[in-house]
Amino acid sequence: MAIVVKRPKLKWWEQLYIPGIISGMRVTLGHFIKIVSGRKKVTMQYPEEKWDDQLPEHYRGAPALVTDEQDRERCVACQLCEFICPPRAITIKPEEIPGDDKWAKVEKRPKAFDIDMIRCIYCGLCEEVCPEQAIFLRKDYAITGTSREEMVHNKSKLYEIGGVRVGLVNKWNELK
Amino acid sequence: MDWQIIIAASIKIVVFVFLVTLPLVAMSVWAERRVSAAIQDRVGPNRVGPAGLLQAVADGIKFLLKEDFTPDHVRKGYFWLAPALVMVPALMTSAVLPFGSSLFGERMVIADLNVGPLFVFAVASLSVYGIVLAGWASNSKYPFLGGVRSTSQMISYEISLGLSVVPLIMIYGELNLSSIVQYQAENGWALLPLWGEGLSFKGFLLTIPIVISFIVFMTSMFAETNRLPFDLPECETELVAGYHTEYSSMKFALFFLGEYAAMIIGSGLAVTLFFGGWSLPFGWLTPETVDAAVPWWHGLIHIGTFFAKVIALILFFIVIRWTLPRFRYDQLMRLGWVFFFEIALFNVVLTALLMWWLA
Repeated sequence: MAIVVKRPKLKWWEQLYIPGIISGMRVTLGHFIKIVSGRKKVTMQYPEEKWDDQLPEHYRGAPALVTDEQDRERCVACQLCEFICPPRAITIKPEEIPGDDKWAKVEKRPKAFDIDMIRCIYCGLCEEVCPEQAIFLRKDYAITGTSREEMVHNKSKLYEIGGVRVGLVNKWNELK
Repeated sequence: MDWQIIIAASIKIVVFVFLVTLPLVAMSVWAERRVSAAIQDRVGPNRVGPAGLLQAVADGIKFLLKEDFTPDHVRKGYFWLAPALVMVPALMTSAVLPFGSSLFGERMVIADLNVGPLFVFAVASLSVYGIVLAGWASNSKYPFLGGVRSTSQMISYEISLGLSVVPLIMIYGELNLSSIVQYQAENGWALLPLWGEGLSFKGFLLTIPIVISFIVFMTSMFAETNRLPFDLPECETELVAGYHTEYSSMKFALFFLGEYAAMIIGSGLAVTLFFGGWSLPFGWLTPETVDAAVPWWHGLIHIGTFFAKVIALILFFIVIRWTLPRFRYDQLMRLGWVFFFEIALFNVVLTALLMWWLA
């Protein structure tokens, strides 16, 4: 059903448009003065001002590998993260730990560990699935590069981002 | 002609047009972006230089370095001619504007014509050719529609623009812009008759037609310069970019700068006619006559006053742009032909009656 929209009947001074223009300018100039006088802040000047110290604990940034307090890499190259990664961003080349090594019982360690940051969707499944708690999502979010190669984080880069974590280890535990 | 006159005129042209007006054009683009950002609760360009003041330079470099692309389907000759035809008239009108009293014994006006306002209207109306040619030569539907719209709009509003100035000329009894400014400096600005002869019953009564013609003049000026709320020739939502859709690089920049130059010269004319040009309020530092020599620092103050007024009016243009919505095309035509044309005509008669009664 058609609805007849009732048009308001304008008074003669309203038809002059000038009161309308003045009240409109009051609105726009009000905004202008609020912004110019600094009474209202609209946005953060990003590269100079950052939000980093307000990032929540559960923030999911770039994934990274961690070492433990004895400077051993925690990753045992089980490749679970590689298999669960939805966009297949992770590529691991495992390597056997030689038998005469002190940690021969750990069996495997990653020879190469690449995460393609162009593919990564920051879902956090790798962190969730990792049995050794070796991969974590850190708070780094500004991942930039000028080429595709630069955007692939290799093992050393991942350890550099990840740093050291203390606490639970499974296979690397001497007692087990 | 004497060599000194030629040299003095060239210096005035170079300084006023190329060293003041063109940078002012660039700065008003920056101001437009910053002010519109502030009105819409944004930040605006603030990266290049302090507070983004060098944004204009960055824009200029971008325009110069971009590929100057001429589409295959255009009429090349007219296509190339059109941007110049927009820019040149806009700058040419600055010849008659008195932008200061005098400096070192030299009058601060490039050409002191005795037909100032007529010259401005005659030359300014030439810029419609640039827009029509751009629309036509582009051989494409949106520019064509923009060009057609612009033609009818500019022709319609030129009438009320010209007629709105007639009452002022009747009151001043003068067509020389320098003498008009001198008159206002001595007897009160047209819109502020608070000193000299203006401070009388006659002066106050004559303010009524002046206010009417100011409203008609400013609105017509908005339409003439294709500014919002009358930017139908280039409205983005309907016509992509209107008559300059097919242009790129420096040719587009010429259209863009031509529009702002027209706005600045229009503001300059409005300041000269209604706000006493370079003169300070209440007759301070007013020279004895038009030709009288003034100390150099008076001259500098007068130049500064003129540009301060122009900049204030440009800011008014900008705020209006971000306040009002665009008119519909039939409303625009109705406003021009049914209201402003009649109001301007009536205003001429009213002024004549008032002057006859007061004489």
